[in-house]
Amino acid sequence: MKNTQTNSASPLQKKKNFTANLITIIAGIALIAFLEANKSAFSYQISILERSAVMAVVAVSMNLLTGFTGLFSLGQAGFMAIGAYTVAIFTIPVQERASVYYVDGIAPALANVHLPFWLALLVGGLLAAGIAALIGIPVLRLKSDYLAIATLGFSEIIRALISAPQFNKITNGSYGLKNIPAFPNLFVFFGIVILCIGLMILLINSSYGRVFKAIREDEVAAESMGINLFHYKELSFVISSFFTGVGGGLLAMFMRSIDSKTFQVTLTYEILLIVVLGGIGSVTGSVLGAFLITFGKEWLRFFDEPLVIAGVSIPLFRTGFRMVIFSIILMLVVLFHSRGLMGSNEFSWPGFVRWLKSFPARFTKKKKAVSDGGEKS
Amino acid sequence: MSTETLPNENVLSKSLPENNVLRLQNITMQFGGVVAVNNLSLDVNKDEIVALIGPNGAGKTTAFNCITGIYEPTNGEVWFQKNLMLANRPHGKMQKMYLGNFPPMDLTPVVKSPDEVTRLGIARTFQNIRLFHELTVFDNVLIAKHMRASQNVFSATLRINHAEEKRMRDETAELLNMQGLLKYKDDIASSLPYGLQRRLEIARALATGPSLLLLDEPAAGMNPQETQELADFIKQLRNEYRLTIFMIEHHMDLVMKISNRIYVLDFGRQIAEGSPEEIQNNQRVIDAYLGVGEKDA
Repeated sequence: MKNTQTNSASPLQKKKNFTANLITIIAGIALIAFLEANKSAFSYQISILERSAVMAVVAVSMNLLTGFTGLFSLGQAGFMAIGAYTVAIFTIPVQERASVYYVDGIAPALANVHLPFWLALLVGGLLAAGIAALIGIPVLRLKSDYLAIATLGFSEIIRALISAPQFNKITNGSYGLKNIPAFPNLFVFFGIVILCIGLMILLINSSYGRVFKAIREDEVAAESMGINLFHYKELSFVISSFFTGVGGGLLAMFMRSIDSKTFQVTLTYEILLIVVLGGIGSVTGSVLGAFLITFGKEWLRFFDEPLVIAGVSIPLFRTGFRMVIFSIILMLVVLFHSRGLMGSNEFSWPGFVRWLKSFPARFTKKKKAVSDGGEKS
Repeated sequence: MSTETLPNENVLSKSLPENNVLRLQNITMQFGGVVAVNNLSLDVNKDEIVALIGPNGAGKTTAFNCITGIYEPTNGEVWFQKNLMLANRPHGKMQKMYLGNFPPMDLTPVVKSPDEVTRLGIARTFQNIRLFHELTVFDNVLIAKHMRASQNVFSATLRINHAEEKRMRDETAELLNMQGLLKYKDDIASSLPYGLQRRLEIARALATGPSLLLLDEPAAGMNPQETQELADFIKQLRNEYRLTIFMIEHHMDLVMKISNRIYVLDFGRQIAEGSPEEIQNNQRVIDAYLGVGEKDA
């Protein structure tokens, strides 16, 4: 599918690419199978992987909107909350509902409605998409900055509604929902993640994806190409929200218990960070960013524990310090790699090999450039 | 301002000649208190190359923007292929502020967005080139094909439309080939030299399948050699694609060489109309370009 865009690669190179990609896929499946077989031994690693994968779905859907259509929205947490609560409400086993809704009981209309998880995910996505369509009608007619403000506000409204005591019988208010069933196995989970991302990649490489990019590049020119700006912005916003909703549903099934605090603005910022770090306009960048950031947060846990060297306890090492380090690393990345890890390029093995090979040359070149600069000044 | 109004809804469509492609009827475009285009009426007929000239700030590009739906004209009508395409009269605050020379029309406003105008068959290029800069030459043209495709978002995503997609790609390749741009097809649009960017913009406009092509200063920034090539190219366009061409241009040698008719605009008003020879000898046009002292005016 992607190969249709770049016809310049020779057949031999294509074959090599194909083999490299095939090996990657097989390795991925083997890894999942291995983890599936040793679930209990690797539960920590699996949970990080799962969280990364959920974030990847949401980050790619944000990138679809921000990176490919040029619309900046900050409503991810809100749409995720819609998806997550839909999945939670419809999939918690009927017999366990009384214990979950222990405060006010569940609304009678919902008490016996139970959906299989895949249908609940779909419904959650569709609900998020429908609400996005409604918000989009007034907001997308304005310039894109307003979209960010409006969606940020919307996201907070959703969170407030969810925790409102008036909705106790539906969302269980501020008590949250628990006993959400987990995925039957890792294959199903990663299958859904790959399906979502795959569909978005297909969309981006289709005629519609080209139209989205055209709108990002130049709205006036796009309009003069017969593209109805509002229609396509709305489409992009709705599709992005759909997958964000599905991502939220996946998050609910991964966490198994959710409450309104899960979907604070910080969640949106985390996704934004992934998108920026990975590269705005790069799907693989977002996926890479999702894994790096989620893993990075775990690796840096080391800074959260008190450190004692030769009987002296180092003062800064305490809970929360890893976030400081994390932020500094991010600042450095954004400062020195302002277009993110991937820019607007996509990951490919040959590209990766080229990047590795360029390392020694890059350092020597840099030194040269510095000395050149010195001579000039 | 006089409040008398003119009925002209259906009278005009009968009186329009058979070969009329575009008619501007008393178009006025007013921004606040500034009248950028004042009571402009003009005709473009089938297979013609018509030029709109005038000093800087005469309102030429504004006139184009009125035709293509980027601006809503304050007053007047635009007819395309004998159908009323756009119509407006001053409303709201503009009723009091209206300064146009032509009285407000009595008509129901007809509004079209730029994409609807393009779909009707009017394509345009821009004075300051507006390509999709970060996309490839091929994609730039391919995007223009989207409008006339019958796919929907599901069939496109799931590749059910692959036959149509292939047809769009083939047509794009053919168009690029004819424009001599095929060898640049994988290049990023902004990396092309200036002249080729202009050419790509025209190719992209052609890909929308227009019957009327509006060119906004196609020769801007070109040297005499390139301008010469452009003249041949525009003529070739008209003949090969059976297009009607309406263009804004400052290069007088180009305008005089290829135009069938010329309209001259100054301070938003039409000051002359005629064949290249007539325009060259028109005293008002010469005055407008060279400036006139207080006494002469």
